[in-house]
Amino acid sequence: MATVNIKIEGVPFQVEAGMTILEAAKACGFEIPSLCTYNHGECSKGSCRVCLVEATGARGLVASCVYPVAEGMEIIISSPKAVAARRASVELLLSNHNKNCQQCDKNGKCELLHVAQLTGAREGMYEGSKTPVTIDRLTPSIQRDTSKCVLCGRCIERCKNAHGLAVLGFEKRGFNTIVAPAGNSSFADSPCLLCGQCVSVCPTGALTEVSEIEKVDAAMKAGKYVVVQTAPAVRAALGEEFDMPIGSLVTGKMVAALKRLGFKKVFDTNFAADLTIMEEATELLGRIQNGGALPMITSCSPGWINYCEYYYGDLIPHVSSCKSPHEMFGAILKSYYCEKNGIDPKDMFVVSVMPCTAKKAEKEREQLQNNGMKDVDAVLTTRELAKLIKRSGIIFNKLPDEEFDNDIVGEYTGAGVIFGVTGGVMEAALRTAAYKLTGEELADVELHDVRGFEGIKEASYNLGGTEVKVAVAHGMKNAKVLLDQIRAGKSEYAFIEIMGCPGGCVAGGGQPFVKPCFLPNEDADILDTYKQKRANALYAEDESKSIRVSHQNAQVMELYASYLGEPNSHKAHELLHTGYAAKERFKH
Amino acid sequence: MAHLSEAAVVKINEICDRYIDEKTPLMMILSDIQKEYGYIPLEVQELVSDRTGISVAEIYGVVTFYSFFSLKPKGKYIIGCCLGTACYVKGAQQIIDKFSEILGINPGETTEDGMFTIDALRCIGACGIAPAVSINGKVYPKMTIDSVPKVVAEYKALGGNN
Repeated sequence: MATVNIKIEGVPFQVEAGMTILEAAKACGFEIPSLCTYNHGECSKGSCRVCLVEATGARGLVASCVYPVAEGMEIIISSPKAVAARRASVELLLSNHNKNCQQCDKNGKCELLHVAQLTGAREGMYEGSKTPVTIDRLTPSIQRDTSKCVLCGRCIERCKNAHGLAVLGFEKRGFNTIVAPAGNSSFADSPCLLCGQCVSVCPTGALTEVSEIEKVDAAMKAGKYVVVQTAPAVRAALGEEFDMPIGSLVTGKMVAALKRLGFKKVFDTNFAADLTIMEEATELLGRIQNGGALPMITSCSPGWINYCEYYYGDLIPHVSSCKSPHEMFGAILKSYYCEKNGIDPKDMFVVSVMPCTAKKAEKEREQLQNNGMKDVDAVLTTRELAKLIKRSGIIFNKLPDEEFDNDIVGEYTGAGVIFGVTGGVMEAALRTAAYKLTGEELADVELHDVRGFEGIKEASYNLGGTEVKVAVAHGMKNAKVLLDQIRAGKSEYAFIEIMGCPGGCVAGGGQPFVKPCFLPNEDADILDTYKQKRANALYAEDESKSIRVSHQNAQVMELYASYLGEPNSHKAHELLHTGYAAKERFKH
Repeated sequence: MAHLSEAAVVKINEICDRYIDEKTPLMMILSDIQKEYGYIPLEVQELVSDRTGISVAEIYGVVTFYSFFSLKPKGKYIIGCCLGTACYVKGAQQIIDKFSEILGINPGETTEDGMFTIDALRCIGACGIAPAVSINGKVYPKMTIDSVPKVVAEYKALGGNN
């Protein structure tokens, strides 16, 4: 590794050649105020001018996020000239910003407000035109407000890096420039996955989730029988909203908080994850034995389902017909659970807490209803749950650990827990498929070949004499490679897991924001390590469970014995399976 | 893509393929489409996106960045009013306002009969004869408010006959 000698604030350092000044400063323990740059250059390359510093050899001040270090360079962050310039840059940005911060969803997490405080930006230094307030709130998942946008371009880069798409782009020119889907149309009329990755990188309130807190409030007020379920990835990240280190597992405290928030029952979506495995493994074996469409692809991720319907409609026969776990749970709660407990399903209101913005739109799908009732009535993100908890006065960090309600749909296995990380559904399914094919349990249930954050993971397993090749992809850029193989008739896999967000649900678009500027106690490389830290929390919970295979979930078995019959039965199909349809990419 | 004729689809794909080996083909593709059809609507951008793999949002961004590209069909006569510095200080704003008043359209718009489009241009390099107006390549020097109606009448008289 080639290095160069530099000085920052007069102190000599040796750093990797080719680094930007901003990266080098960070590695040497200096945080230059910056706004547009994020995660290895996910930005529009020096557009915001907040990170200006003095550097020898350069003409004038330089944007440290794009200017590379050089041998002998002396960098001054704190000179009066640099300090004044950074302040002026922020004041200019603020002069065209809708400063209704109190109503802003990013309040407390706003990087613009953060750099304004750091640089001492003053109010009203520049008066002039304002970008008009135009709000796109047509999808149930994400909303866009042009009056909060600082044109950093992070969202565009994230969409490209994660999915090989760029649903958003810069439009028009000069002061009229906006970031929008083509034609300044709504997300609803664009081929957007609603995954929320753009929301998680947006430094301001320009991109936010559509909140459903009021819907839940209304259901409580109306005296509905309001129950809640939580996805596995939520417990691995919720603690971050309460200043716990990334990777803290807070299952017990989360359950305690939900019980205090007035939900009649607190369930774990993992029960339904186990149920999903029973259905999905059976479906897979059926396809293998009966010559069905192979490879079969998982269907848990609504971001992936949206991508499939927009871009690979011809491959829909390959997608498992299983509903996603929280939708299965909703259907079971409003049928089996209500029947057994004498509750009128019309009085029941099912809330899902998810690491996902796409789930908000998923629950509105026509295909996810039974008897005219939606399976799930409201979806809150992990961030919204944190808001609910904070609003209620609960001191989360001081809560005792409590257990999920466990009457007839409360039990879950380690296999369900790992659904929240890329490779987890595959691992869980293989644990059960192996048993179904061989009649014997796997000697070691940990399948490390499908773990980790490699873009595409492949593995081959000998299950009772049958060689089963599988692949796992996360982020549509990676998924596309596998999908094109299928389209070309060259796919050699039997089973593929696809998750919309890179890293899987632990890094979903509804999870707490990972913004290094607000995480002074985390390592400098936290953007590279946070997914693994959250995943480790889930693998730890899997390891802690005495039962780690879905087919040993006694309550799931009882559900089959007394209600559904067997996996993939007629009744199971009615309640637990769904369909998909190719969609037009643009609606003119 | 319901709105495009089959012939147009074939033609646009052919234009895309001309530049298939270029590293950054988008400007050349859009430039040829603009010349061929006079405008580049969203449907056409989708087709270019499918053929090149460049996202529609990015294509739309380029089309709306350069004033040479147009999302809507332009008129038979394109009245380009220079609003560069020299023309501006010589009263170009009043000239363009007069054209707008007579034709009943704003700069960037096209008359309903498809005859006239008013374009606001930056410097066209004719500062010596400011304020200058250029109509389909013919330059009108030292325009005055009074000469605007005559110029419009001249083209109205020509109508669709040239």
